[in-house]
Amino acid sequence: MQKSAEKCTEFGYDSKIEGDVVVTRRSAAVNWLQKNLDKGSNWGRKNSLWPMPMGLACCAIELMATGASRFDISRFGAEVMRFSPRQSDVMIVAGTVTYKMALAVKRIYDQMAEPKWVIAMGACASTGGMYRSYAVLQGVDRILPVDVYIAGCPPRPEALLDGLLRLQDKVAKEPAMATLKNAG
Amino acid sequence: MAQAETKTSPRVEKTADLARRLKDQFGDLISGPEEFRAEFSLKVADAERVPEVCQFAKKELGFDFLVDISSIDNYGDDPRFTIVYHLYGYGHLCYLRLKTDVSEEKAELPTVTTVWRTADWHEREIYDMMGVRFRGHPDLRRILMWEGYPYFPLRKDFPLSGRPTELPDVAFTEPAPMAGGPFVTIAGGKDTVAREPRVRIPETDSLETNARLERRRDIKEAHGKAYGPGPIEPRK
Repeated sequence: MQKSAEKCTEFGYDSKIEGDVVVTRRSAAVNWLQKNLDKGSNWGRKNSLWPMPMGLACCAIELMATGASRFDISRFGAEVMRFSPRQSDVMIVAGTVTYKMALAVKRIYDQMAEPKWVIAMGACASTGGMYRSYAVLQGVDRILPVDVYIAGCPPRPEALLDGLLRLQDKVAKEPAMATLKNAG
Repeated sequence: MAQAETKTSPRVEKTADLARRLKDQFGDLISGPEEFRAEFSLKVADAERVPEVCQFAKKELGFDFLVDISSIDNYGDDPRFTIVYHLYGYGHLCYLRLKTDVSEEKAELPTVTTVWRTADWHEREIYDMMGVRFRGHPDLRRILMWEGYPYFPLRKDFPLSGRPTELPDVAFTEPAPMAGGPFVTIAGGKDTVAREPRVRIPETDSLETNARLERRRDIKEAHGKAYGPGPIEPRK
């Protein structure tokens, strides 16, 4: 193990910062320690992502199917659907976000405890989908930082599970203990 | 709504009779009935007297169920709005439609919640979407949009993409990107293939339609019948 005081930089992922983030650590020793602590905590986090089921339209039906026995989201540790934002880690926005609902979605997201992530499930949540309309928010990323977008109208449960696994990969890369700044 | 019935069916005769009785009761106030596909529409000349007509229809003619109230924006015409009442009776199983005009300047008519309580939400929806007020309504608030939203979105002069609004802590709206749309069907196309909106290029509508019609004809020649769009393969 090196004992030099030189700073170590690497690229990581952070849910609240767009693009790659530069991770700066105090020294190699700190780097080693923090990396391993991160590894442990991230392993725990990624395998127990408790969803906040923000079911707003037909995507919620597929979300329910994903939770049921045939697709069984509990294989990936995300079966604990919490209808309280205080107890959930990942908000799955499943469906059309109308402007009337938008601020309620935002409020529920704000009530979730850190660390928190967002999956935009389906075309409507990602972009407004087929609703080019006065009443529909054109993508939930206009009010929330979205980690994973899932295509489909609605996406099949496999697609949601794939999105969940991708989110797990991202969570695994989060340097929770370091100082972060935007790479760009 | 109603099943297509022949003119001779007793239900149609009964409906015609009910419409006639309503007309006889109110004389010049009511014009019609206009019959289309075994459904009857009556026009009420004075919107102020609609509750009176409805009361009679309910009490004397047995129209005990208000199916729906809808509104039409005849943009550019005067009077601008038409309010349409769909009546139904569980006793005689007949439908009847009442229409009345409301001018843009007035944009107001009396409520029929006094006749059918279910009119409450129907009238709120019309107020919300079309901006027509119902005098005497017990709780005339917006029902779909939020209080404070400044527009009436189903009016014809309101753009589909919406307008920007901001109401702090309540809601905001932004115009939707229409990306070459709105993707409405091409009117006048002979079939769903010709009317199909997804390939529409606004500048070349007629060209596009013609090309698709020609393509359909090609398919028909190749297959013996028109399957719609798809690769043309020689018949086996």
